[in-house]
Amino acid sequence: MKAQTFDVKSVFKLGGLGGFTLLYLSLVGLVSNFVTRDVISKTMSLSFAFVIITTFLFGYLTARRTSRRNWFYAVGGGVMSGAIGIACLIILVLLTAPLNLQAVFVNASPALIKVLTFGKEPFTAGLLPLTGWAVVSSLTGAMVYMLPPNIRRAVIAGVVAVIAIGTLAQLLSDVVENIFALLGNKRASGALLKIFFAKKGLSVSGAAIIFVLTILVSAFSAWRKQIVAAKEQSGAAQTQTPKEIKIAVWIVSLLVILLLPNIFGSYLSEIVVTVAIYTLMGFGLNIVVGFAGLLDLGYVAFFAIGAYTMALLTSNQMGQTTELVNTGLSFWAALPISIGVAVLWGIILGVPVLRMRGDYLAIVTLGFGEIIRVLALSNFLQPKIGGAQGILGIAKPVVFGYELVSSQQLYYLVVAAALLAAYVSWRMRDSRAGRSWMAMREDEDVAEAMGINLIKTKLLAFATGAAFSGFAGAIFAAKLGSIYPASFNLLVSINVLSLIIVGGIGSLPGVVIGAVALVGLPELLREFSEFRMLIFGALLVGMMLFKPEGFWPAAAQKRELHEFESEEVEAHPASEAA
Amino acid sequence: MTILSAKHVTKRFGGLVAVNDVSVEIAEQSIFSVIGPNGAGKTTFFNCITGFYTPEEGDIIFRGEHIRGIPADHITRQGISRTYQNIRLFANMTAIENILVGQEPQLKSHWLGAIFNTPGTRREEEYAHKEARRMLRFVSLRGMGDHLAKNLPYGAQRRLEIARALASRPKLLLLDEPTAGMNPNETAEMTDFIKMIRDELGITILLIEHDMRVVMGISDWITVLDYGAKIAEGNPEEIRRNPRVIEAYLGTGAAGLAKPA
Repeated sequence: MKAQTFDVKSVFKLGGLGGFTLLYLSLVGLVSNFVTRDVISKTMSLSFAFVIITTFLFGYLTARRTSRRNWFYAVGGGVMSGAIGIACLIILVLLTAPLNLQAVFVNASPALIKVLTFGKEPFTAGLLPLTGWAVVSSLTGAMVYMLPPNIRRAVIAGVVAVIAIGTLAQLLSDVVENIFALLGNKRASGALLKIFFAKKGLSVSGAAIIFVLTILVSAFSAWRKQIVAAKEQSGAAQTQTPKEIKIAVWIVSLLVILLLPNIFGSYLSEIVVTVAIYTLMGFGLNIVVGFAGLLDLGYVAFFAIGAYTMALLTSNQMGQTTELVNTGLSFWAALPISIGVAVLWGIILGVPVLRMRGDYLAIVTLGFGEIIRVLALSNFLQPKIGGAQGILGIAKPVVFGYELVSSQQLYYLVVAAALLAAYVSWRMRDSRAGRSWMAMREDEDVAEAMGINLIKTKLLAFATGAAFSGFAGAIFAAKLGSIYPASFNLLVSINVLSLIIVGGIGSLPGVVIGAVALVGLPELLREFSEFRMLIFGALLVGMMLFKPEGFWPAAAQKRELHEFESEEVEAHPASEAA
Repeated sequence: MTILSAKHVTKRFGGLVAVNDVSVEIAEQSIFSVIGPNGAGKTTFFNCITGFYTPEEGDIIFRGEHIRGIPADHITRQGISRTYQNIRLFANMTAIENILVGQEPQLKSHWLGAIFNTPGTRREEEYAHKEARRMLRFVSLRGMGDHLAKNLPYGAQRRLEIARALASRPKLLLLDEPTAGMNPNETAEMTDFIKMIRDELGITILLIEHDMRVVMGISDWITVLDYGAKIAEGNPEEIRRNPRVIEAYLGTGAAGLAKPA
């Protein structure tokens, strides 16, 4: 059988691909720009982590192709692919000196050489340790693949945890500090932080502890899952979580939600607020695109309309910048009006596009989004809504006499709004309206033939989507205190659409995950801002290739099961008796 | 009693006359078949009845009401329901959700009721789910309710489509080639099933079918279309002997060869 031979072709293919990845990472500058950024203090910089992770990954992938449950093949494949990969990088290093590659690739700089050769003089002396590290890490990758699946998963989780925590060390140490400050125990926090975190990145001991802990937790959860599965197989009584635990989980999550701004501090809270605003919009677009299947590319329009309505109604500087007078409404009085106006425009846009489907609808909505932005920017409306100067002095929300100004305070408002949107989405999804949307998404003609009123159903989707977006816009305006047309560009629509696709279209948890991944992560990784779009694009391409249904795809609802189970249980004794 | 009568229905697409001056009278609780060669206009005729197309000429009267030109969803609400030649289920919804969508004409709850979870909405949802499960058992798909429609086997998809159509509690059920692609066993089962729908639920059935064994076995009345026009009608025995039908199916000259059975 062919299965017994060593798959040399795959080794070269994956090795070459690994080499290409390494070259790519080096030449776009990801390797040379993060030398001073330590993942593990004084041991591994982020730059070096990129090289190590890539070789590890390709060692793993090669082993998957070549091993055939044979350790010798796995190790051989891993080492060879690592060597091929690193050879590409070495060639690059050797070529930089005579060819002056920097003229073409800005990042093929002396700094890159220095990183890759560990700053050794002459640089050729550094190539040996580089090769060594690459081969060792690809070998490790290959060996990890050969571990039993549960342990393999645990080890990978450990590696990912160390890298992730190491990259975000600064923020996480602040979070830990805040938690202990809340508990009123500063000394313990100092001690704990010292164990885990160094000045830059994780300390070596911290990395080790996190690695081991993650492995243990992951192994434990795998073991528990096995036990539960075994119990279910043997037909034992349903393993249900006791009520007390459920209540405890609720209380703890509620506490966490309430205390989060204090735990996170102002910087992270700011990010959470931004994520929550996008989540709110995501829930709305999820109804329009995810449930009802109406591809809306001008979703930002309703966000802008909500924001401008809020601004016009509550700004205290209308008299100075525009011809209009201050209405002096409070945030809470203006909020329902803002949402209402957005809904109205949702319907106004909805009516002419009722007969449109797919691409045509996308183009029309795209145009609508642009029209709103251009109108906001225009000289024609400048006397009314301020043109490029925008509107200033928008009122902050006031709750029981407290003005919500900082992100840490606005957090509660935004999170409450997002939770409300999630609740409404959830209720509507499982109702007659939700089913009509999905039927329409699946097949419009058949949906109509089933007695569904397409006009009502479509307009309800547009209106609900616009309501959430208008809500988000109103909060956005109040949060910033001033708005400008530039904030309402096409990119917002694209971002919201991307986040629901990445999360899993039609899935409610997917909206949150998508918002965290596409809005939260880029904010967290500010240092990568140069590479943001690059990573963003790569993430989207990779996701569409490997997980096209999204990170948390919408699951089919279990509706028949309940009654069915009870019938089955009743049926059992009878069949045994027979 | 006539449940549906079509009078001089004509549907054109540009220069093509897809349905040409077709009149039928369908008796209540009968099984009425429409047959004819491919492209004879059978499905177009169906589409005219269900409101997907509006015929240019003629009139369609369903239980005393004129339904020509009324939107499809209104016609469904009046009691006409259908299946499709190439199965058109809501592929990414579960079987039970498909049936729940079919119940649409029965449901009255408002979306606000769903958000606030009012007792009325809850009661209606519970009832709808119960009905859907009952319907699932009726088409012997018990236990398959939570599978996505696209993952069901072919025969099950056919039956689910019928269940979805029945969920709206129609007075008249239009079946467009329900046994297409089935083996003889499945076809026999489907034939019995169609009969059962008529006998047990008292629903009138309008059937497009190519399998002559099915048509001859269960039809009370048959109409034959060719090139959009009605060329014959009668009970199975009469249709079997009709030379024009044989000619339409087998070509000129064949009529003389065929011996009356």
